[in-house]
Amino acid sequence: MTGQTIARRPNQLFRNLNAKIASIPMILTAVVIFLGGTLWTVVYSFTNSKLLPRLSFVGFDQYERLWAATRWTVSITNLAIYGVLTLIFSLVIGFVLAALMDQKIRFENTFRTIFLYPFALSFIVTGLVWQWVLNPEFGIQSVVRSLGWTSFTFDPLYNADIVIYGILIAGLWQGTGLVMCLMLAGLRGIDGEIWKAARVDGIPTWKTYLFIVIPMMRAVFVTTLVIIASGIVRVYDLVVAQTSGGPGIASEVPAKYVYDYMFQAQNLGQGFAASTMMLVTVAIIIVPWAYLEFGGKKRG
Amino acid sequence: MANPGSLAITVAGADAVRDELSGPRGRRPQRSFSGRNIMIYGTLLIAALYYLLPLYVMVVTSLKGMPEIRLGNIFSPPVEITFEPWAKAWASACTGLNCDGLSRGFWNSVRITIPSTVISIAIASINGYALANWRFKGSEVFFTILIVGAFIPYQVMIYPIVIVLREMGIYGTLTGLVIVHTIFGMPILTLLFRNYFVSLPEELFKAARIDGAGFWTIYLKIMLPMSLPIFVVAMILQITGIWNDFLFGVVFTRPEYYPMTVQLNNIVNSVQGVKEYNVNMAATILTGAVPLFVYFVSGRLFVRGIAAGAVKG
Repeated sequence: MTGQTIARRPNQLFRNLNAKIASIPMILTAVVIFLGGTLWTVVYSFTNSKLLPRLSFVGFDQYERLWAATRWTVSITNLAIYGVLTLIFSLVIGFVLAALMDQKIRFENTFRTIFLYPFALSFIVTGLVWQWVLNPEFGIQSVVRSLGWTSFTFDPLYNADIVIYGILIAGLWQGTGLVMCLMLAGLRGIDGEIWKAARVDGIPTWKTYLFIVIPMMRAVFVTTLVIIASGIVRVYDLVVAQTSGGPGIASEVPAKYVYDYMFQAQNLGQGFAASTMMLVTVAIIIVPWAYLEFGGKKRG
Repeated sequence: MANPGSLAITVAGADAVRDELSGPRGRRPQRSFSGRNIMIYGTLLIAALYYLLPLYVMVVTSLKGMPEIRLGNIFSPPVEITFEPWAKAWASACTGLNCDGLSRGFWNSVRITIPSTVISIAIASINGYALANWRFKGSEVFFTILIVGAFIPYQVMIYPIVIVLREMGIYGTLTGLVIVHTIFGMPILTLLFRNYFVSLPEELFKAARIDGAGFWTIYLKIMLPMSLPIFVVAMILQITGIWNDFLFGVVFTRPEYYPMTVQLNNIVNSVQGVKEYNVNMAATILTGAVPLFVYFVSGRLFVRGIAAGAVKG
């Protein structure tokens, strides 16, 4: 520690200045929009804001009103049905397709192109196409009837009890290709020696998949699950395009509730409360995952 | 707090997709009509039918006249091919009082997508480079907030952004929407670029430093030329994502600036007038054409892009 090191050090703030300048957009986005915006919405969800945001707190009133509203409970029920079925079906279909694609088949590229192309399309396009295919007057129902089965009924978009399944069909059409791709990558990542060992031991193929391969693909499944789940909570465009929430309010979803209350019903407080509930839903999915994925590793 | 680097498993997954999808391995399959093969190909063909059917129906419907649609079924090929629905969808379909077709929405989408893609990639690549090679105190904290923020539903942040844009006087304009797209593209793009730059050999960076190159010189002269593939992936991701966006378009723009998806929805789901299914389907294809084109041209890079972008939801 000689006197030389005292030679003036540049101000801490100006060290690495260019990198800091380059990071300004990121810092603003992270702090102002993501952190600040979220906090702002949560705080204002406890106010009775109507047309304009006002800071007059009313406690949990908005949440009580929210959970008392039929439209909200319908939205949440729909989201739960749609979510659970989407998770199950897209994982099963995605995995089965990937397993079939992994059998050293011919035309693999063609099949993959076909399975994945809907993912390039927007939910609006997806919703409108399936609205047309499921149209009872001209679509599948009328075609089957014209073949002679005159009592055939399949009109999910006009039947309040099953409308959510009509949306599910469209959602699966759009999204399973991606799941298939992720699963296929997972399957290809499994060591060929595992397969050889299983064959030597005389284990049937389906048992190898179920008890050896799938447990080995745990990480792929978890990632896929999180990707699908965080997409499900946001489902909005698909419903708007396919049914506009109808018939009646039978196919409403939370994201649409938020939009309608914020920008159409001029009831901001309700919109904020509903969006905060969406945030809570996501947190319920993400936090345990983040804890399992990263919490353990850090200590280890 | 979690280490943001390990949050990047999805992108690692995307790399795996690229490597593993480079074609089937092992010997060619034997040609045989064994029961096993019939089952495999049978299932795949049925699945392929389910995926192709809507596209087929869309194209077929758009080429028929309305009388033929009312008579026939949606799967029958057109007896008399007409391109009139396409012309009408493009140039004269009505939304409310405007009757200039989807073309306006198309050009709006172009005017939204191009600047949003360029600006978001420019900012995110420089940012990812700074995070990879020029870390400063707190940079990882901000990055972690950014990545965690990617999982927050957009609905939670929309209204505060409306207020900010209104204060800036750009709410409802294309500029405002471009800013919004840049903001929400930032988490995934920054992650993508950061991980890519981290994977480049560090010696390269050090050698350039010793030669006296600074922040911007290294970025422009060394990093940029070496990372063209990742720029292409980012472009695919942004072009398809922004083109397909509906929510931001409807929230942050005025009707005259509505992007194509919003206008399409307004045309098809408008309650007035007689429903012209052929025009609707032509309009739907037109809106889907741009991302489909990107998809078919980019091939495997698309898979890599969406696998990385899937985090976005």
